[in-house]
Amino acid sequence: MVGIVDYGMGNLLSVFNALDWIGAEVEIITSPPDLESAERIILPGVGAFRDCIATLNETGFAAALQREVIEKKKPIFGICLGMQVMAKRGLEGGKWEGLGWFDADIVRIQPDDPQLKVPQVGWNQIQYDQQHPIFQELPQNPEFYFVHSYHMAFRQPQDIVATTDYGMAVTAAVCRENIFATQFHPEKSQDYGLKILENFLNWGRDQ
Amino acid sequence: MLNKRLIPKLQLKAEQFGSKTKMVLVTTRQFGEVIPIGDPVSQARIYQSQAADELIFLDIRPQEGQWELLTGLLRQVAEEVFMPFTVGGGVRTLEDFRLLLSNGADKVSINSAAVQNPDLITRASERFGAQCVIVSIDYRRMPDGSFQVFTQSGQNPTGLDPISWALEAERRGAGEILLTSIDHDGKQEGLDIATAALLQGKLNIPLILGGGCGLARHFIDGFTQGGAEAVCAGTFFCFRDQNPIQTRSHIKNAGIPIRIHN
Repeated sequence: MVGIVDYGMGNLLSVFNALDWIGAEVEIITSPPDLESAERIILPGVGAFRDCIATLNETGFAAALQREVIEKKKPIFGICLGMQVMAKRGLEGGKWEGLGWFDADIVRIQPDDPQLKVPQVGWNQIQYDQQHPIFQELPQNPEFYFVHSYHMAFRQPQDIVATTDYGMAVTAAVCRENIFATQFHPEKSQDYGLKILENFLNWGRDQ
Repeated sequence: MLNKRLIPKLQLKAEQFGSKTKMVLVTTRQFGEVIPIGDPVSQARIYQSQAADELIFLDIRPQEGQWELLTGLLRQVAEEVFMPFTVGGGVRTLEDFRLLLSNGADKVSINSAAVQNPDLITRASERFGAQCVIVSIDYRRMPDGSFQVFTQSGQNPTGLDPISWALEAERRGAGEILLTSIDHDGKQEGLDIATAALLQGKLNIPLILGGGCGLARHFIDGFTQGGAEAVCAGTFFCFRDQNPIQTRSHIKNAGIPIRIHN
């Protein structure tokens, strides 16, 4: 079963429907102990970093995720703010400590080109920085739907698996062991997005 | 590079069929004449197969507090349409936002309520994030040559200038502006490029421009001369032998970055 973490932030219905469409056995998890029964986890999120991490901590999901993802090594897919909150620190309206799974800061995007507005809203191409099973069967530069003002900035870029160009290199996808996350919304990115979610369901299965 | 967006606009109106009420897809002409077209859910599916970038659903005759028809429609669309969609028409409160977002909408557009209560923009933006607050602005050219914002589906003059109102909406936390010229709506003679260009010189959030597309050329003008991040159209895709795939190819051929799917 794939469990979608419901901590009260974001459009879970779309994520649920997308996974349901590709044939996953999917449940929305509202109580942290129930995360134990999930084989794979989706961490969605829309809104502000501070609210997100505060809610994860208050609800007990932060501790449950630490157990399931870091100790038990279950595959997890973070989407948008669900990716950002995996960083060490968020620098959105102050300094906030994140889950700390990626040695990175969440910083505001600052495109070189003054014509480019923040937030970035719309479909942008990604470039692969690394080969990854989750990109299997996708074309060379697929387009995905982004909507964000902040992105994950690394001191050491070894965890970046894809970037996108928005007047600067913007982190589009990251991976570390069993943790995969995208800044874009696969559940809103039509065929390529559904393909990525499908690849996530199969990730690690045939190894 | 970020692509420009092509957004079909699905205008909706509740219609009685025997004992049942259903949401019907309609188009309008200068916000007056309403022409029923068909089923919005199947049309949304078709737009997905034609790789539209986003969809906008607007209930043009909302009835206060009656959300069941719209939310039912949204849930149906969200089950099989995997692209962002904006929903609007009759949104007045934070609770309306929450209801629409939890039924599958990604963004909510507000129009009349934002003018009556500009604080709604700020509060919705703080609570749900600026990315899901679209301020929709309908305006007309007045006999003296000035421009004025109209609310309630183009019925009520507000005394506001569309450009200064758009900039105020941005200051108050809007994530995007949806700008529609009532004079150009449904006439298929082109967008109001001059007003868009004037606004784009000052606006720091994305502009969705609509009202008047009748040729692929009009979309191109909206992007190049109007400087819009997105162009939306309703009538264009309903009454012409045109679809987003064809239009997109024309736009791409004009050298504008836009997604060409498969």
